[in-house]
Amino acid sequence: MLFLFPPTHVDKVQSPRPQNHSRGPWHPSREQFLPPSPLSSVPPPPSFPPPPQPGVPARLPALLARREEDMEAQELPCVLIDCIGGKHGVYEDHAEFLKERFCLITMKEYLENKNFLGKKIRAIYMWYHKPVINEELLQSLPNLKIVASSGVGIDHLDLSLLSSYGVKVSNTPFIVSTDTADLGMALMLASSRRLVEGHQMAISPDTEYFPADWLGAEVSGATLGIIGMGTIGYKVAERAKAFEMKILYHNRKQRNKEEERAVGATYCKKIDDLLQQADFVMLVVNLTPQTHKLIGKRELQLMKPTAILINISRGLVVDQDALVEALQNKVIKAAALDVTYPEPLPRDHPLLKLKNVIITPHIGSATVKTRHLMKENMTESIQAGLAGLPIPNEVLL
Amino acid sequence: MGQRPIYVMAEQDLPGLLIMGIGGTHGVQESLAALLKKHFSVITMKELLENKKEVGKKIQCIFVSEFRPTIDQELLESLPNLKVIGNSGVGVDHLNLKMISNFGVRVTNTPHAVADSTADMGMALMLASARRLVEGSQIAVSPDTNYFAADWLGVEVTRATLGIIGMGRIGYKVAQRARAFEMKILYHNRNRRSQEEEQAVGACYSEMEDLLQQSDFVMLVVNLTPQTEKLIGKKELGLMKPTATLINISRGAVIDQDALVEALQNKTIKAAALDVTYPEPLPRNHPLLKLNNVIITPHIGTATVQATHMMAEEAIANMLSVLNCQPIPSEVFPQ
Repeated sequence: MLFLFPPTHVDKVQSPRPQNHSRGPWHPSREQFLPPSPLSSVPPPPSFPPPPQPGVPARLPALLARREEDMEAQELPCVLIDCIGGKHGVYEDHAEFLKERFCLITMKEYLENKNFLGKKIRAIYMWYHKPVINEELLQSLPNLKIVASSGVGIDHLDLSLLSSYGVKVSNTPFIVSTDTADLGMALMLASSRRLVEGHQMAISPDTEYFPADWLGAEVSGATLGIIGMGTIGYKVAERAKAFEMKILYHNRKQRNKEEERAVGATYCKKIDDLLQQADFVMLVVNLTPQTHKLIGKRELQLMKPTAILINISRGLVVDQDALVEALQNKVIKAAALDVTYPEPLPRDHPLLKLKNVIITPHIGSATVKTRHLMKENMTESIQAGLAGLPIPNEVLL
Repeated sequence: MGQRPIYVMAEQDLPGLLIMGIGGTHGVQESLAALLKKHFSVITMKELLENKKEVGKKIQCIFVSEFRPTIDQELLESLPNLKVIGNSGVGVDHLNLKMISNFGVRVTNTPHAVADSTADMGMALMLASARRLVEGSQIAVSPDTNYFAADWLGVEVTRATLGIIGMGRIGYKVAQRARAFEMKILYHNRNRRSQEEEQAVGACYSEMEDLLQQSDFVMLVVNLTPQTEKLIGKKELGLMKPTATLINISRGAVIDQDALVEALQNKTIKAAALDVTYPEPLPRNHPLLKLNNVIITPHIGTATVQATHMMAEEAIANMLSVLNCQPIPSEVFPQ
């Protein structure tokens, strides 16, 4: 999923919470990603219908009155979302589905009436990492039971903080797998065959002929090294096998013999062995303290000079500065990245200028169907969480 | 492949082979020229033109690569000892087979060497188009981009329906690859494949109309013949789903290009991904170059280091078999 926050200075939120990263999964300093202090909230109306107040939008009293009716009449659980529509919000058509099952409260509505709505909110529907969850928010949502996060990555969440407030977390692991594996294959093929460059040549106003000495490299029969052989990595292997690729993999745990045989994959206990032999190195790990900067200067130098690095995991798995240097010095041949750190990269970043780099805007699971499935998964998780039932796709500490 | 002489021949005893040139943007790659020189006395077009009478007699074979040199009547008349034209690549629509045959010259192509890389290209185009890879890469690097929109979506390839038109060697390899993506595979061909072959890739034989109506991706993998020229026209495009993508890795002339432009502009189909057009390159003001739902690649279906080497090796084997009066692995005949 996306990091949507620019890496610029942001006011720190006043919080008594200590800077303690020793509990639970690591993630980069969250301070950087917190929004500016919220606008001072408008005091809630004392009674219904409330008298008009300065600064309160005229429609708010009516909205609150209607909401109260909705909530009582239908008893739909209240779920906090960031917003609907626009660049980052829940899709309009998804919102229709959700409104049949939940009373949706946007962040804007919540901030305008924290004291009243805060108590009502029992779940957060986290779409594209928003709304951002910090201690202040958790303190104001005493009845929050569950956070459903879209996508499989959870490196943007402080799991131990949430756990300390008794809030459960779910993600959407399996439904993103085939789309992400497909994109890994797409990037490998596009990079190897120089598809983006070729398209630019085909349409360029300066092109008069197609030169005969313009070549790419074969994918069929080449060696693919998969780093991270979880659900997604395994699906990559299934696809690569059909291209008669030789498949090496590196993983925390070796897969069993049947699984290996089914895709013709050979385990490399040492990552070095994989790096030295692969024509394509594909990163399919999750981001944890152990995988942070997994691929750095040393690993890049172990790779063949004709090798291509493909990243469909998280930007921080790669030491980006080392990658730039390796590409500039032709230590490796090319890179294809669906993820970077941050996203988007600053517009003057060297990666944007390198001819042997393809970057895509974190679209690993960006298909219409998968996003619908995500919405359904998240809804199920929230409903189970609120009913006290076992939560599908619960993320445990 | 490649019969090596068992004794070292002096260069002038090797059969004469005409090529366009060595190196540069239109010539044969240096490494391939070196390979050819092991079996032939290699003569460039320039050398021939400098002394047609003397040099012309020596030429027994022509190695045609990237459609060069052009084989016309004048050239054939100047090569009295020409026995075979070894084409690098499988398509021979650029060769006048009847005219060449009238001169008693055989023609061979390289169907085996092209198959993997062309099938890979078909898959690359399908995936790139479905996931909007080119558009996405432009957004990722554009100076105007300051966020990645949440509602920017492509479509799934896994479990979608692929319709393969032309199930020869290349089409079958496409099916093998697509099967790993759990795609539903329909195919149309002059001849139906055997049941075992169909089952091995999970492909269903379909009439053209059914294939066009049911496919999310339609991939053209036929050769260009009078029968397949403009195989996909206005009618066929109209039969396709409005959410479908057309992929062409065969020849530009298999599609009625004007009808395609219209279909793309009117959203009769969703997108197209073309490794081949007619002509190549397209004129710079051609509407296809401006449509943002079109990916065009510069005919690079076999443009890999490995494939070009394999094609040269296959062509060498073909040509030597003609000279040695042995069975010819891949001869092509006029229709």
